[in-house]
Amino acid sequence: MSEPGLSPISADRASAGAASAGPAGVGPAGAVGRRLRVSAWVIALLILPLVVDATAGRAWVRILDVSLIFALLAMGLNVVVGFAGLLDLGYIAFFAVGAYAYALLASPQFDLHLSFILLLPLGAAAAALFGVMLGAPTLKLRGDYLAIVTLGFGEIIRIFLNNLNRPVNITNGPFGITRIDPLSIGSFSLAQPHTLFGITIAPIHAYYYVLLACVAASMVICRRLQFSRIGRAWVAIREDEVAARAMGINTRNLKLLAFAIGATFGGVAGGLFAAVQGFVSPESFTLYDSIMVLCMVVLGGMGHIRGVVLGAFVLTALPELLRLTGSLQRTWFGHVWIDPADLRMLLFGLALVLMMRWRPAGIWPAPHGRVGT
Amino acid sequence: MDIFLQQVINGLVLGSVYALVALGYTMVYGILGLINFAHGDVVMVGAFTGLALLKALLAAGTGLPIALAGAALGAVLACGLLGVAIERIAYRPLRHAPRLAPLITAIGVSILIQYVAAILWSKQYLALPAAFTPATWQIGGASVTDLQVLIVLLAGVLMAALLWLIHGTKLGCAMRATEQNAEVAGLMGINTNRVIAATFLIGSALAALAGIMVLLYYGVAHYFMGFMLGLKAFTAAVLGGIGSVPGAMLGGLMLGLIESLASGYIGDFTGGVFGSNYRDVFAFIVLILVLVLRPAGLLGKAQGERA
Amino acid sequence: MPSDAQPVRSAVRTGSAPYSIRAGHSSQHSGLIAAAVLTFAVISGCSREEPKPAASAGPVEVVARIGLAAPLTGPQAHTGEDIRNGVQLAIDDINAAAVTIGGARLRLELLAEDDEANPTKATTVAQSLVDRKVAAVVGHFNSGASIPASRIYSEAGVPQISPASTNPKYTEQGFKTTFRVVANDNQQGPALARFALERMGAKAIAVIDDSTPYGEGLADTFAAAASAAGAKVLVREHTSDKDTDFKAVLTLIKGKRPDLIMFGGVDPQAGPMVKQMVELGIKARFAGGDAIRTTNFIKLAGDAAAEGVHASMPGLPKEQMPGGQQFFDKFQARFGKPVELFAPMGYDAVYVFVEAMKRANSTDPAKFLPEVANTHYNGVIGPIAFDEKGDLKDGPLTVYEVKAGEWQAVETITTATPAAVAPAADAGTTSSASAASSAPTVPAAPPAAPGTGAAPAAKPAASGPSAAPTTSTK
Repeated sequence: MSEPGLSPISADRASAGAASAGPAGVGPAGAVGRRLRVSAWVIALLILPLVVDATAGRAWVRILDVSLIFALLAMGLNVVVGFAGLLDLGYIAFFAVGAYAYALLASPQFDLHLSFILLLPLGAAAAALFGVMLGAPTLKLRGDYLAIVTLGFGEIIRIFLNNLNRPVNITNGPFGITRIDPLSIGSFSLAQPHTLFGITIAPIHAYYYVLLACVAASMVICRRLQFSRIGRAWVAIREDEVAARAMGINTRNLKLLAFAIGATFGGVAGGLFAAVQGFVSPESFTLYDSIMVLCMVVLGGMGHIRGVVLGAFVLTALPELLRLTGSLQRTWFGHVWIDPADLRMLLFGLALVLMMRWRPAGIWPAPHGRVGT
Repeated sequence: MDIFLQQVINGLVLGSVYALVALGYTMVYGILGLINFAHGDVVMVGAFTGLALLKALLAAGTGLPIALAGAALGAVLACGLLGVAIERIAYRPLRHAPRLAPLITAIGVSILIQYVAAILWSKQYLALPAAFTPATWQIGGASVTDLQVLIVLLAGVLMAALLWLIHGTKLGCAMRATEQNAEVAGLMGINTNRVIAATFLIGSALAALAGIMVLLYYGVAHYFMGFMLGLKAFTAAVLGGIGSVPGAMLGGLMLGLIESLASGYIGDFTGGVFGSNYRDVFAFIVLILVLVLRPAGLLGKAQGERA
Repeated sequence: MPSDAQPVRSAVRTGSAPYSIRAGHSSQHSGLIAAAVLTFAVISGCSREEPKPAASAGPVEVVARIGLAAPLTGPQAHTGEDIRNGVQLAIDDINAAAVTIGGARLRLELLAEDDEANPTKATTVAQSLVDRKVAAVVGHFNSGASIPASRIYSEAGVPQISPASTNPKYTEQGFKTTFRVVANDNQQGPALARFALERMGAKAIAVIDDSTPYGEGLADTFAAAASAAGAKVLVREHTSDKDTDFKAVLTLIKGKRPDLIMFGGVDPQAGPMVKQMVELGIKARFAGGDAIRTTNFIKLAGDAAAEGVHASMPGLPKEQMPGGQQFFDKFQARFGKPVELFAPMGYDAVYVFVEAMKRANSTDPAKFLPEVANTHYNGVIGPIAFDEKGDLKDGPLTVYEVKAGEWQAVETITTATPAAVAPAADAGTTSSASAASSAPTVPAAPPAAPGTGAAPAAKPAASGPSAAPTTSTK
């Protein structure tokens, strides 16, 4: 029960504005320090895949890529759950819509090979449309009803994707769509290695940079949203919808907007996922995946952008680390007692319960105790 | 016509299974306003403990009826305890937390139970021992087994018992008071914690019986079996009007019939465009329609926004 | 490595401490993320295995790494383990056999990875194998994993043989590196359809699948072949791989009165389905693919309901595999458990690679890849050759039936074109059972030797007109 008063928010907004505006309000020394930090950050993130590739192997660069895609998803769900306080259990459906929009229009499926410049916005728009279609009739429902309805919606989308191969073959059904085009402009394709200043950049690294740019841009967009008039209205709705309406906030439209924006992120992430993987099938869009993304948001820190990005990284990397427990168990006991995959789910379940009990704001909570629930 | 009759029978039995599970949802929701996502998984635990006990008792040479009774009793006890433990450990500390918290906790508890069961009983589909061959009767060209009759009867009897409990006993009176206003009920001398624990106990015991029935009916137990079943049952509860015991029964039967008839006839009606593979889609679309058009459900009473 | 990781981990802990003072928070952020990034790099660094230089002692050695990717955990772990054991056995045999490549003695190393039967995980695993410079890969098990992973192997030029993926799409992507040593669904479905029409006398068929790539693929090809051969497909229905209630679909089917119900799917659905068929009084017979030919199917359906159910499975019956009995005995002795299903395919896949290396006189995938396509090898599972797509040429297929609560082989048929098969099956010729002669393992074992696995070999030939393989390789 955080205090919904406006003062901490506006104070925060002021400081955020100051931070983005540069030195104003902060001493010159702080500004220099800040610039240094930012450039250190940029350099660190740019060389990260090269370092990871050299030390840990290319598989970990791929995991980084997947983490970035999930970071996009988590940020989108964070708009819905963290900012507006609407529990969406079918969020992966928007991811699926984006992925299939890209896959259908850039693969041999219909022999269409449109450019991603067109397809990513198109996928995002399609996802947003689905968001509005789902939201319009259901957003007046109470929170827990909404959870069930979104869950049902996620399943409906998956069932349709799985069955729309007859009587007319649209999605190829359970077989999924193969040979999806990579991101490319003209003959410049990210699926080929490129040499830049004497350094050869493998496709997987190129994708990292593209995804990193998307994540960075999304973080900025989310942050701007959060401290905008809209973002403050969402917080008001989240904390007390009746009061928000009494204050003159159009709760219905704003909730719809949250759904649409959240879905947009999902759609973009889906398009990128299709391009990176080159293969999509309904298997990748199950209820389990929705819950995964929700875990990222909840564990990372509902309502805190950097928190949910961290959550996405931790939860994508964790299974890879838990994988080691399988071989450890085999060497210690000669038998795998607990499957790493099961262990991960156990830990997730436990983490959800314990976090809600003891640390509802997540591992990296939003500052000022503006708890996201 | 015999095919239609058979589909109706299929639907009624499936609906009774949903109704059995829905009763537990509706009790908990009525009193706490909480979707207990883990309820379906309690059904699964009921099926697994029932199966384990059944195997053990049959192996020990007990007769089938006694083994069944023993398994049911054991499952009821195990699930009752589990339900009370869930409430005490996971939900009670969050009773005054923001509304998202208990929902997320419920999802967490559901995942926990599933994977503990997966580790305990493996992820394989476990089969019922071969001792069961239900007797089949022919009614107007349709077949009915004794087990199907038992399921429908049991759902009806349990619903009646529950209605009596709620409206005819002191505990039921306390439950209704707690449902209306827990704080005032507490002032009136009702130990609301105990009433809520009792609600979970009874709901979970019903889940155990549902689990045994599902086990006997389909002959399989699987760690994931409770989740979809729970979801359908919840849909049924919402359909009938959540919080209402006759509503759960009505919603369950309706959902069962809708699914059965949709699977059976939609292919013919749409010329093969849709088939039984869209069964779950129909269930969810019905849910969405009911929620949008009549948010309180068919038999529920409208509630204020802040109830 | 652990000593490096220690301070990093504690840095994370400090970084994630709850916020108290606003001023300190940006630098805390940086610390936290930097620490996280570092941890990521360090921990992942731990998992990397540096390639070991070839041992200097003894004669010159050339090391080739064989990757294995299959579900080693999760519900399908037992099948993955089975394949891994088969591959391990092949590697041990080859290392013991002193094969020389380019004048140096070949030593194979196994790199086994768990793909969790998950498409996304499969690509990570594939990348990890490619990173570690495997010469060739045996895997994956699930079609849903083999297909996305194949792109990575193809880009790296690493040949991949799947021991078990049956989805036709796997080899239809135009990659030169994808092969399989198991009949695909396009081969299995029609073969089962021919059997159903000719041996089971099916005329009116209801076809159901479980809406998975495997089940739907098998059911589609079955339905197409059955209607092409003149049978009527009365109903084409789909359930899901999580359902257990099939009463509504079965009632619908009952109304159409088929004489056979074909199910493309796996045993957890097939078992309850057969049971419910009996409860509904449906008299039609029941047939399915390899995924229902399991002992669990019989348990789930119950002995009475399972009786008479037919299932096809790629490959010869274990007892009739040319290299069969000795392989099973060796497997049993080495791992203390019987072969489950796909171990022989895994075993042969390794030999296919090594034979190709021998012919190319190189362990460089770029050099021996063309030779893999040229394979003519007689393995445990029978003669192995690939068509231009990388599919097994004329892979044999066996139909089994539940008799007295056990799966028993009824007939072995080839998956070659119908024209070629029909006469062979009718005549019951056993043209090339002798083709096993040049297999490096062993000559064929007596077909009636006691089985080591689920299917008892006591009477594999009891009812089928031609129990012996009728594969014609030439």
